Amino acid sequence: MSDDERADGGRRPATYDQARWTRGDEYEPLLSEKHGERVEVDGPLPDDLTRDELELPGPSEPELARHYTRLSQMNYGVESGPYPLGSCTMKYNPKFTEDVAALPSAAVHPDRVDERAQGILAAMARLQDYLGRIGGMGAVSLQPPAGAAGEFTGILVARAYHEHRGDERSEIVVPDTAHGTNFASAAMAGYDVVELPSGEDGRVDLDALEAAVSEETAALMLTNPNTLGLFERDIEEIAHVVHDAGGLLYYDGANLNALLGQARPGDMGFDVMHFNLHKTFATPHGGGGPGAGPVGVREELAEFLPTPHVREREARSASDGASGERSDPRAGGGEYEFYEPEHTVGKVHGFHGNWLVLVKALAYIARLGDEGLADASAKAVLNANYLASQIDYEVPHGPFHHEFVASAGDQDAAAVAKRMLDYGVHPPTTKWPEIVDEALMTEPTEVENKQTLDDLAAAFDAARRDDDETLESAPNRTTVRRIDQASAARNPRLSWQALDEE
Amino acid sequence: MSGSPFAPHTDEETAAMLDAVGVDSEADLFDVPESVRFDGEFGIELRDEREVVAELRQLLGRTDDLTEFMGRGHYEHYVPSVVDNLSLRQEFLTSYTQYQPEIAQGFLQALFEYQSLFVELTGLEIVNASIYDAATALGEAATLAARVRQVDGDRILVPDLLREERRSVLDNYVDGAGLTVEEYPTEDANADVAALADLADDDTVMVYAENPTVRGTIEEDLDGVAAVADEHGALFTLGTDPVALALLERPADVGADVVVGDAATLGLPASYGMGLGLFATREEFLRQVPGRLVGASEDDAGKRAYTLTLQTREQHIRKERATSNICTNQAWVGLRTAMHAFSLGPDGLVELATECVERAEDLAARLDDLTGVSAPVHDHHHFREFVAHTDQPARAVADDLAERGFGVHVVGDHEVQVCVTEVNADETDAFVDAFEEVAR
Ligand SMILES: Cc1ncc(COP(=O)(O)O)c(C=O)c1O
Repeated sequence: MSDDERADGGRRPATYDQARWTRGDEYEPLLSEKHGERVEVDGPLPDDLTRDELELPGPSEPELARHYTRLSQMNYGVESGPYPLGSCTMKYNPKFTEDVAALPSAAVHPDRVDERAQGILAAMARLQDYLGRIGGMGAVSLQPPAGAAGEFTGILVARAYHEHRGDERSEIVVPDTAHGTNFASAAMAGYDVVELPSGEDGRVDLDALEAAVSEETAALMLTNPNTLGLFERDIEEIAHVVHDAGGLLYYDGANLNALLGQARPGDMGFDVMHFNLHKTFATPHGGGGPGAGPVGVREELAEFLPTPHVREREARSASDGASGERSDPRAGGGEYEFYEPEHTVGKVHGFHGNWLVLVKALAYIARLGDEGLADASAKAVLNANYLASQIDYEVPHGPFHHEFVASAGDQDAAAVAKRMLDYGVHPPTTKWPEIVDEALMTEPTEVENKQTLDDLAAAFDAARRDDDETLESAPNRTTVRRIDQASAARNPRLSWQALDEE
Repeated sequence: MSGSPFAPHTDEETAAMLDAVGVDSEADLFDVPESVRFDGEFGIELRDEREVVAELRQLLGRTDDLTEFMGRGHYEHYVPSVVDNLSLRQEFLTSYTQYQPEIAQGFLQALFEYQSLFVELTGLEIVNASIYDAATALGEAATLAARVRQVDGDRILVPDLLREERRSVLDNYVDGAGLTVEEYPTEDANADVAALADLADDDTVMVYAENPTVRGTIEEDLDGVAAVADEHGALFTLGTDPVALALLERPADVGADVVVGDAATLGLPASYGMGLGLFATREEFLRQVPGRLVGASEDDAGKRAYTLTLQTREQHIRKERATSNICTNQAWVGLRTAMHAFSLGPDGLVELATECVERAEDLAARLDDLTGVSAPVHDHHHFREFVAHTDQPARAVADDLAERGFGVHVVGDHEVQVCVTEVNADETDAFVDAFEEVAR
């Protein structure tokens, strides 16, 4: 019997003890409790325009460094261990992409005239071109600063398209398994949301779709593979139904990591899509963001994209040989300019979106190329399938791709997740999509090897064997124990000032 | 190796895994109908790391190396090295939203501290680190105003000088909520309070003002703006920035209901417009706030711990009735903003803000001495930036300055806007010399 085997032959889970600093009766104090200072403000402006005082922490640099180093030790990242948070594509974030984003030539003011920012425009043009190829889209805007912003932008494009044709529509159709942002983005753009019930098999039910779609349908929002990891096999028929009714088909790119080099939204009949650069293209999630959610459209919709949009300048004169022709943006040799698309929806970000995220994604795509991108998806799908094959929880729907949704059965999925924290892994996304009971939505991504997948499987299985009492009292090895969510919401204390008032 | 350098599988491992799954190759795992399979190529070549870095360095290097005296909503202050080093720790950089708070206390505490920073700076009780940038924060403020609507109307009043980009974002955010945006006049760059009072009526849901204004001037009568909003039961939203807040009267004290702006003025260097939406509001609107909120609670050991809270406002629970669609947000930028602010401390922040007033005043005076220039155009106090009148066409002045290595804004036929901070201050002499040559 080897070290990592149990008496019954199963694999013993890893364990993990997270840093836990305590001082007196509390965990690591707030910076204000360590280094609070108050100064009188006596500035150069008249008194009636000036505040009286300012009270903030003022640590020295060593104190500041220690504070944040300790906080970092109280946080789990992708480099800490497996992070199979379903739908979030928590890949390793290659270090060199940070170096590229930190180049002084990328640190530029957004109001520069085009001629003085050619490197930036060329980089944007190249990323637009790459994404267009990857998604099978005719034109791409990099402005939306996250996936949800991309959805909002895409729906604005759909609205502008319909209005331009004098065909105002009032509804967006969204499957019940979709992400919450799909519903919220459609509502923000002023649409009524029609929820589409999924079929028995977890996919779009064509009869239900026929019933939901009408001349009021502005668009159907779909992710493919869907949030169960299943490919919508009827995608061409779905596209047909929606297009027949005059609607557009919107692709939520959250799950694109399943399909790189295998299939493209544009080829499946999607008219508008967003990419989640922080998922598929490995830019860091930053504890919640920043991300980027570029929007791709088929050529006919390019005139509605946000302004400004980057393009290569047409060669100036016929003597250049190729008037009207553009050079290959992958070479980046041409001159670039911003222009306003003819029927633009306007702006969705004050400037050009999350530029530094765009640079990192560009570096990642350039590093991987065709082969690397295709391999990333192949391995992501292999990893999900291998992991699912190694766990005892039931996976009701298949065949799945880069992620699967297991059911915790008669256990509470949230408690299972808490228990998994003690086993040295980050747990999956829980309780969503709701069509699977006690859902454990699991996306290991391509960056795990067989060993860490086996560790993950051991963590799942160990939690499955644990009794309810053990689950309810977990986690035990994290910085803090189970947190009382109800009291946080009942008695909101959202600042150290609010704590002081008690 | 021809695959992804970030997929660690050896051939043996891959074979063992395929075997365990019961297929011959990865291709067998794809349930994609033949008719939509992609069998083409992207035409993107795989490169090694050194090649990518060299190539992108060269590509980005096509941008001119200018010393920028530019602002208008995107500012550069010196970001201490400690901010880069600590924020790049992988535990911060590579984690995601704190859905499992027990294993993410570090980031939650950092965000709680960010929230507290802006509670102190604004005097408002509720703050988050979610919103993308200043423009989308303004949009979110407007939809918040519509939700808490104390009146029936649909009008939002903004200054006529508002950046058109911000205005466009605002238009997009409010359109779905059935609101309309109208401009009120400014007088010498500041709000014309009398004209605003004439325009406002009981259909007004929000009045927006900026301080400092987009032209760098300091408002003298925000109480007046607040009073107009108040009289009609409208919300008063104030756009500002974290450095100015160290010096200026607290927004809560001038009657602001919502404060927005670019918090990343601290924390990020010039980033081609990437930012972080400052968003603060009053406690009474707590349940209508967009974005993530971090609260204090207790754990099973009875000790203080932090968690995302009041999530029933958010899209993953409330779907189309959520307060906003925001999900992935700007948390890491908020971490950096807090690090930067705390590294300065209260003294350092007030000093930095004081310099922003003095430097703008000094540079305006020096430009005013030049032939063909008068500055500042507006007769107010300034913060970081000011508008200068040029006898020569402003476009030509800006182009000639760029030839000499300096960037400024063109804001009128004969008006340029100039911004100065510690980052470009060392170049001020050279800038003034160049200005002298081109302005004649
Ligand atoms: C399926 C799906 N759609 C949309 C989104 C929204 O993207 P973002 O978080 O970038 O706004 C997510 C993100 O978690 C998602 O999982």
